[in-house]
Amino acid sequence: MSYFYIMNRIQSKLSEDKKLLSIYFTAGYPKVNDTVEILQQLEKSGVDIVEIGLPFSDPLADGHTIQASSQTALKNGMTTDLLFRQLKDIRKTVSMPLILMGYFNPVLQFGVENFCKKCAEIGIDGLILPDLPLAEYEEHYAEIFRKYNLINIFLITPQTSEERIRQIDAASEGFIYMVSSASVTGSSSGFGEEQEAYFKRIASLSLKNPQIIGFGINNSETFQQATKHAKGAIIGSAFIKMLSEEGITGISAFISAIRKV
Amino acid sequence: MKLNKQIPSAVSRNYNVNEKGYYGDFGGAYIPEMLYPNVEELRQNYLKIMAEESFQKEFRQLLKDYVGRPTPLYFAKRLSEKYSTKIYLKREDLCHTGAHKVNNTIGQILMAKRLGKTRIIAETGAGQHGVATATVCALMGLECIVFMGEIDIKRQAPNVARMKMLGAKVVPATSGSKTLKDATNEAIRDWINNPLDTHYIIGSVVGPHPYPDMVARFQSVISEEIKTQLKEKEGCENPDFVVACVGGGSNAAGAFYHYLNEPEVGIIAVEAAGKGIDSGESAATSVLGKVGIIHGSKTLLMQTADGQITEPYSISAGLDYPGIGPMHAHLFASGRGEFISITDDDAMKAGLELCKFEGIIPAIESSHALAIFETRKFKKDDVVVVNLSGRGDKDLDTYIKYFNL
Repeated sequence: MSYFYIMNRIQSKLSEDKKLLSIYFTAGYPKVNDTVEILQQLEKSGVDIVEIGLPFSDPLADGHTIQASSQTALKNGMTTDLLFRQLKDIRKTVSMPLILMGYFNPVLQFGVENFCKKCAEIGIDGLILPDLPLAEYEEHYAEIFRKYNLINIFLITPQTSEERIRQIDAASEGFIYMVSSASVTGSSSGFGEEQEAYFKRIASLSLKNPQIIGFGINNSETFQQATKHAKGAIIGSAFIKMLSEEGITGISAFISAIRKV
Repeated sequence: MKLNKQIPSAVSRNYNVNEKGYYGDFGGAYIPEMLYPNVEELRQNYLKIMAEESFQKEFRQLLKDYVGRPTPLYFAKRLSEKYSTKIYLKREDLCHTGAHKVNNTIGQILMAKRLGKTRIIAETGAGQHGVATATVCALMGLECIVFMGEIDIKRQAPNVARMKMLGAKVVPATSGSKTLKDATNEAIRDWINNPLDTHYIIGSVVGPHPYPDMVARFQSVISEEIKTQLKEKEGCENPDFVVACVGGGSNAAGAFYHYLNEPEVGIIAVEAAGKGIDSGESAATSVLGKVGIIHGSKTLLMQTADGQITEPYSISAGLDYPGIGPMHAHLFASGRGEFISITDDDAMKAGLELCKFEGIIPAIESSHALAIFETRKFKKDDVVVVNLSGRGDKDLDTYIKYFNL
């Protein structure tokens, strides 16, 4: 590569010899200014990667829990601009990889380049924008992402064809977000034979990017099942449910319970 | 006789969708990966299936025998006298189920069958598309689930009853603002959860490619008929103007379709201004909207500075969608279409006027298109075709309350 290349925090984390636990939460929930404290607690609890959700009015791929948290966050006054202000000094206290996850429209309104520039200034490592399709990304935005050393994470599902999985693998530079089943977030309970077979099938493809499984992981058991065949697993809805019941003080116990074998 | 109002560069442009699913800068398929296989399956097959002779035969036969097409092109003599121009009404209000919506659902149910789908889902706002979908599902004996905002279910009880009588299951959308956009979100989530056996019948020229183009093609029978009928009546296929209301824009897409690339035909799209453009209660997307992504399509939509989609307002439940189809966004941005906004009050007045002058009770959506004659002047020998997209039976409650009948 002709330019000076800094290894992204996501890539360093992926090279560690361990199964990764990743947590998603919606910024601005339960309270608008909880973002920084939640991140600090997650790091203290030993979480490996965090996805910070940028709330959106119309979250197509999300089930009830994340929809409700997004709506509350927006009512609380969360905006893209406010989130960037909250995260301004986050790298003084938090060193784990941070990913922003959200729908494409708010990013488009902020200005894609402007958004990426802000991310780089703060120390965000990657983005997950489920409704920004691969072809659009490659044609219009890949260069901007690279310019700011941001990794774009793509999703695959049990219905994604092998041909497309290979295209996504070729376009990916971090990990592949593997959606566990045909569902929106937060809707399945436990993994059956079908998922097991799917996990194995993907593992056998020898992709260049490791896979992290999300959707339907809500406890230690599903975390173990998922990470048997993948590099890590993501917990979203279950974490948000815990937050709404117990608040920030519940984080440490929640994470230990997941890690417990 | 004709004055070409279009900007010169518009003449050579193409207003149909391109191979990537775009109308100019608008359209595309901004969908999560979970929807990709379904949408891709449709994209790869829809033109092929529509071109099949057996498909065309079945589609045309049902439009004729079941929907009641061709719908008349009626010269509105008294209305024409009042406004000193030649006004024709394309009578989509005479379609089975009372509006143009059924042209699309007939097409899509045949598409779904050929794709081997056994379960049909749809979104609905006021209930017209829901009824049209439930109707074709009954016709074909397929399972039908209609998502409808919780608030709309309360406002549109007769249409909810119709759907149930036709055998559909009506599922309330309880998320977000509990109206059409949320019903659409719920339908999309259902499709994500049921990727194999389900076809999603979108009711307008919105959503990811190929939906806007597919729906426009099914609705294009409207302008196809106008051409033939106008030739008979005026000796010329092309009117000077074709006028239609735009919510998402399916009746407009159908009425404009065969005139898009005929620069001498003026295209007039009428949006709902609600209580006024600056009232904060409006659905005039071309004035109030900005480029963004809604339901998988890049188009003009009403949103906050932060990119959150806002809830529009119109007295007409069929026009209060926060976006417009990408075809219409392109017609607006390119200058090919003339966009006019009509308030609730002006639409209601025009609706009542059509009753008194022509003995036709129009849907309030269509009343918006009729209302332009008060302010938009035409020449005496201009031929102006207004697409009368639906009948007003469903709006009786609103008419009763508004006019204290």
